[in-house]
Amino acid sequence: MEQKDSKLIVSVSPHIASGRTTKGIMLDVIIALIPALIAGTVIFGLRALLVAAVCIASCLAGETLFNLITKRKHTIGDLSAVVTGLILALNLPASIGIYPAIIGSLFAIIVIKCLFGGLGKNFANPAAAARVMMLLAFTEAMSKTAPIQLAVDTVASPTPLAIMKGAEGTLPAITDMLLGLRGGAMGETCAVALVLGGLYLIVRRVITWHTPVVYIGAVFVLSLIIDGNIEAALYQVLSGGLLLGAFFMATDYVTTPTTNLGKAVFGLGCALLTVLIRRLGSYPEGVSFSILLMNLFTNYIDKATRRKPLGEVKA
Amino acid sequence: MLKRLLDPLSGVHVPHRKNTALMEAVRMPPPATVVIPTVMHIGAPAKPVVKAGDKVAVGQLIAESGGFISAPVHASVSGTVKKVEDIVLSNGRSAPAVFIESDGEMRPYEGIEKPKIESLADLAEAVRASGIVGLGGAGFPTSVKLAIKDIEQAEYFLINGAECEPYITSDTRTMLDYTDLVERGVRRISNFLKPKAVYIGIEKNKPKSIAKLKKRFADDPHIIVKGLPPMYPQGGEKVLIYNTVGRIVPEGKLPLDVGVVIMNVTTLANIEQYIETGMPLVEKLVTVDGSAVKEPKNVFVPIGTKLGDVFEFCGGFKEEPKKVLYGGPMMGTAVPDLSAPILKNTNAILAFTEKDAAYHEETPCIRCGNCVNHCPMRLNPPAIAKAFNNKDGAELYKQRVNLCMECGACSFVCPAHQPIVQRHKLAKTIVRNWQNSQKGGKA
Repeated sequence: MEQKDSKLIVSVSPHIASGRTTKGIMLDVIIALIPALIAGTVIFGLRALLVAAVCIASCLAGETLFNLITKRKHTIGDLSAVVTGLILALNLPASIGIYPAIIGSLFAIIVIKCLFGGLGKNFANPAAAARVMMLLAFTEAMSKTAPIQLAVDTVASPTPLAIMKGAEGTLPAITDMLLGLRGGAMGETCAVALVLGGLYLIVRRVITWHTPVVYIGAVFVLSLIIDGNIEAALYQVLSGGLLLGAFFMATDYVTTPTTNLGKAVFGLGCALLTVLIRRLGSYPEGVSFSILLMNLFTNYIDKATRRKPLGEVKA
Repeated sequence: MLKRLLDPLSGVHVPHRKNTALMEAVRMPPPATVVIPTVMHIGAPAKPVVKAGDKVAVGQLIAESGGFISAPVHASVSGTVKKVEDIVLSNGRSAPAVFIESDGEMRPYEGIEKPKIESLADLAEAVRASGIVGLGGAGFPTSVKLAIKDIEQAEYFLINGAECEPYITSDTRTMLDYTDLVERGVRRISNFLKPKAVYIGIEKNKPKSIAKLKKRFADDPHIIVKGLPPMYPQGGEKVLIYNTVGRIVPEGKLPLDVGVVIMNVTTLANIEQYIETGMPLVEKLVTVDGSAVKEPKNVFVPIGTKLGDVFEFCGGFKEEPKKVLYGGPMMGTAVPDLSAPILKNTNAILAFTEKDAAYHEETPCIRCGNCVNHCPMRLNPPAIAKAFNNKDGAELYKQRVNLCMECGACSFVCPAHQPIVQRHKLAKTIVRNWQNSQKGGKA
């Protein structure tokens, strides 16, 4: 026992870990998005799958290319680019052209994520930013919605939000809203699938309830106050990209506050902006805009909701 | 109480792995040699009073206390002093150590006598002479805690039996096998401190210890055995104080400043043993476990025994160990080799195989907030990381990195495997330098 065994590893404590990894978290998010992807495919046809494949492939290729050019370590193994591609795809109408989808994906991954320093450094949600960019660049294609395959007459109709804002058409029944049989982006319409995925993330403790509950709850309450009508408030909650945004985009770790109180504040801010844009803005939908705007306040919310260290004495 | 319900401290659910909880402690035979460092506590090193060639017996003073915050050191085996030489301790500090060759007889020193205790001052003096330091791991000289000027100050006496680190069961065994000693110790020290209430905090994953002690103290309503939620780090001093008496120790203050005297249960048992026998702290109950150990055990080990000898007593290794720790996996220190000695505050030694020692590659922080929401001290590791990268002492101070007790909850839950504890250790140095420069600027 006298001989020195220098093969022992010396490192700072702790010496065990919970087993949770970034990759594992991303995988959970992907799993949680699969119901919405399946629903989108069933509702809008196989083209939804093609759009998702194109977006994911473009994100992976974009990140790889960026890392090659800037001589960085490859990072696609962490699956975060897959998540970005998938969320963006679910934010697009299934009828979107392949080239706009590629451009949107590359914008999300290269401009919004990689140029700001890669995973963990971007200040804006890549999918929300890309959706907004595409709304400006490909306004017509983005505003159209793919025909619903399950409907009797497969005619493209305007989104419920557009109808509520005065476009011609009839509002779908509330059951159709829950099942997603309405116009909109391919992954945002099926409330059942989105809530299922969101609950999965909460149960797996990937996200906390604070952001989605406050965001969705506040939109409901505000709409109820404005309209004075439960049904109208329910339509507001089930319309547009609210559920997709509240569960999967406003909960993005990187671009939202870290404290639980901060998450609630973030959700409330998103709700106010969403209702404001839906009521007064010239676009029918405001979820992506709201999340993007609130991303700018993340740092300040984090500072304002800082927890007081135990035993802190102000100097 | 209400405050604790509304505003509970965070923590993490760590695996318990109390594999040795049912194993009564066994005493290992004296090793051929022991290496007893003169620093096994927080504070000034003890001064060696023996030299090469001296004959020593168990319990004989070999190094005297080097100041108020210091502790004397005693021989743990009988035999001959071979040399007094500097060794490098696992914290990187170098200090003299006394090397003793054992004669195998474990002959007790004839100068051993029971201390006479009539007052709290006598008690503090006895504890000082016993060489006892905080045996829960901190190694703070216990006598300092008992040097209380105004006895009115001690409103609560807390005994820490939380033992929240995975694997370690030495406190559990002390509570189960030496219940008499614990009971007499609690009553004796309480008699001197005269607190309003005594709390014995034990994590609820030790129902036997809780039940046994509850029965012992059923007669005295002032002595409360309190089951703590099995959430790491219940045994953190400030966490335990908050979860029992609901008080918060302000930064820079000691538990006594909020009316609390707090002591680890094994420390208490050792004090009582010293009072009853006069034998100073010369052996430690150590949990030996980990995936590389053939026969995990609870062992009484002479202080200064090399870790290699203790593992040998436990059947050696199943597989080559890649990481060996003093203490538990959350806060324990990794040792560079097996010649490191058992210290006074060693409550466990763990050896892990390559699989469990594997290094996790650090990936970028994704701001998931796990560290923020699990920190029992409510610190903000991402904000600290930012200030640390900027070497910003003022901001690090503002973030109160100094309050970090290095419990490791943050690193444990970090999906990016960021070295958060390591960063906080280094950040404290930056704060110290910044504070010194502030003082220099004003002078």
